[in-house]
Amino acid sequence: MVATQETIDTLEEVTGKYKYGFVTDIESDKAPKGLNEDIIRFISAKKDEPQWMLDWRLKAFATWQKMETPDWAKLDIEPIDYQDIHYYAAPKSSEGPESLDEVDPELLKTYAKLGIPLDEQKILAGVVAVDAVFDSVSVATTFRGELAKVGVIFCPISEAIRDYPDLVKKYIGSVVPVADNYFSALNSAVFTDGSFVYIPKGVRCPMELSTYFRINEANTGQFERTLIIAEDEAYVSYLEGCTAPQRDENQLHAAVVELVAMDDAEIKYSTVQNWYPGDENGLGGIYNFVTKRGACRGDRSKISWTQVETGSAITWKYPSCILQGKDSVGEFYSVALTNNLQQADTGTKMIHIGEGSRSTIISKGISAGRSQNCYRGLVRIQPGAENARNFTQCDSLLVGDKCGAHTVPYIVSRNPSAKIEHEATTSRISEDQLFYCQQRGISTEDSVSLIVNGFCKEVMKELPMEFAVEAQKLIGISLEGSVG
Amino acid sequence: MAPLLEIRDLHASVGDTPILKGINLAINVGEIHAIMGPNGSGKSTMSYVLAGRDGYEVTGGDILMNGVSMLEMESDERARAGMFLAFQYPVELPGVGGMSFLRAAVNARRIEAGEDEVDQLEFVKLVRAKAKNLSINDDMLKRAVNVGFSGGEKKRYEILQMALLEPVLSVLDETDSGLDVDALKIVSDGVNLLRDPARSMLVITHYQRLLNHIVPDYVHILAGGKIRRTGGKELALEVEESGYVGIDDAA
Ligand SMILES: Nc1ncnc2c1ncn2[C@@H]1O[C@H](COP(=O)(O)OP(=O)(O)OP(=O)(O)O)[C@@H](O)[C@H]1O
Ligand SMILES: [Mg+2]
Repeated sequence: MVATQETIDTLEEVTGKYKYGFVTDIESDKAPKGLNEDIIRFISAKKDEPQWMLDWRLKAFATWQKMETPDWAKLDIEPIDYQDIHYYAAPKSSEGPESLDEVDPELLKTYAKLGIPLDEQKILAGVVAVDAVFDSVSVATTFRGELAKVGVIFCPISEAIRDYPDLVKKYIGSVVPVADNYFSALNSAVFTDGSFVYIPKGVRCPMELSTYFRINEANTGQFERTLIIAEDEAYVSYLEGCTAPQRDENQLHAAVVELVAMDDAEIKYSTVQNWYPGDENGLGGIYNFVTKRGACRGDRSKISWTQVETGSAITWKYPSCILQGKDSVGEFYSVALTNNLQQADTGTKMIHIGEGSRSTIISKGISAGRSQNCYRGLVRIQPGAENARNFTQCDSLLVGDKCGAHTVPYIVSRNPSAKIEHEATTSRISEDQLFYCQQRGISTEDSVSLIVNGFCKEVMKELPMEFAVEAQKLIGISLEGSVG
Repeated sequence: MAPLLEIRDLHASVGDTPILKGINLAINVGEIHAIMGPNGSGKSTMSYVLAGRDGYEVTGGDILMNGVSMLEMESDERARAGMFLAFQYPVELPGVGGMSFLRAAVNARRIEAGEDEVDQLEFVKLVRAKAKNLSINDDMLKRAVNVGFSGGEKKRYEILQMALLEPVLSVLDETDSGLDVDALKIVSDGVNLLRDPARSMLVITHYQRLLNHIVPDYVHILAGGKIRRTGGKELALEVEESGYVGIDDAA
């Protein structure tokens, strides 16, 4: 998964600072701008969807039209013109490729630039199965044969809608209802692709599953939808990576991710989000409005979210766990880094319903430049959650003195036996630490990166190895120009 | 040949407070110089100014290494040019693994010299070997830099870094303070191991006993931001017996 040095060098030459900011020159098949029932029919037809799916979408659209844009928490945002967006864009030559041979070589080149090991030889050397979503369609899913042998389904969700309608019907919208929020409703109406994962009872998925999302087209929204189901005693570790080209206008990304864990099942969901953050003056960048939620339906089930968020102009995201099962476990490990004029409002919700349910929240916020970084979290203990426990730790690190860090923890406990602990710290990157590193010959930028990575250590160690290395580098790159 | 380090009429301020008030000092290659002086006389300040710390402003004079002024160089550049400072109070770096820190420091030099980065496994072996000489155990190497180390452990860790970086000029700021007798011996042996005709050292201390282990070529007394006296090893003994009384006036 690690890009070769040569790739990185070429990229840096081509793109300057934001290393993923290139645009791929391929013909694309786009829906006209705007949003109405016809566009939804267009998307559904493009995907060859059954009637029930189209009906579901249209109903969601009707719901969305009745909703109000949310009141922006701590965010400062220009109103979004939802009629000025393309809701569907597909690289022209790649509608449902059967194998990698059929994938447009330009696309493969893009993925190579991104450091994604799409070509199968490379993948065979590793242990990662990859689904790659380019604008609105999934262009290649590797390793499917291997996975099918153990009964694991890993495919684009558009394909799952056709091939496994019963599973999709049963679970889609069951964790994040259509009307949950403005963006979940919008996504339900117009979602274009995403991944579908099903791990049958008793199966430990033999490899990490991974999806790369990339927004390529201008004026395009990306609305992907991911659904992961782990049956009793199943285990899966899923990774998600995101990049977008450098563009002056803002682009919208509104994804929905739903996880379901049954008895004794475990889902580990890791994200490295590096959407284009905009330039030093706040021009351009992705609006990242994502609803991610996991339901620990089974007893002793476990869902763990790990995220490293360095990109996007605006991030609005609260991966959550609904801890229904007895002794179920929810975890949230987060690093959110903002620089320049980025804004992040992120955190988690842990809803304790089951007896003995436990949750851990470790959040590390880093603010640099003139950015604003807010942790917003909710821990709710329902009356039936006897002996529930939560531990929350929120640490903020400020780099420079023009940025802001905010911590907004909400705690609602309706069961007196619950034990909730909350710790929060705010610190500044210290001049002593910087000088100590520099005196050892380490450049200012590398010193900042070392210290910040040290600050994030507890979260980074939760990431799968190869992702952790990438994430560390990303933190260094994202902090460039923040000191000195 | 120009001295390895030459300090010419150096004046420096912290904030608006002048601390160094005209220091002159020349250290030839291969020499060891000791600096003694009362608390608050400016010893640590001088070490920071030499190392180019931000906020320590040179208001007059010059610092030259091999005849070239270092004033325009950033602290990391000076370090890569071969200047090392063993801190009086080493700084904790929470979460920063010792091995990655040491490797980053060594690689920074190698990259500048156009060499390849160190081989990870070889490097671990090298660090372990050097650590053993300084009675630093594997557990300490695995921990975050200086975090939870005892005072004496921190000092030994400074010398380990010095041994790995092989600087041409080392400034040791009270590396002996807070060490027990055994540790003092370990640290001194470590320093002596690096004694080399191609390297020089500036050893800041309050105690004559260190100079029994690390025998200096010259001893200077710094007081009130100026070097008031210079002599051989016997000057340290004199200070130990009669203190700094009267030295201020001797200028
Ligand atoms: N940041 C600062 N602002 C103002 N004054 C300072 C600052 N740092 C040091 N000083 C002053 O400069 C003087 C010299 O301090 P320095 O630490 O160099 O002394 P020292 O000789 O190393 O003392 P010691 O033997 O106690 O280590 C002291 O009077 C100290 O208070
Ligand atoms: Mg001192």
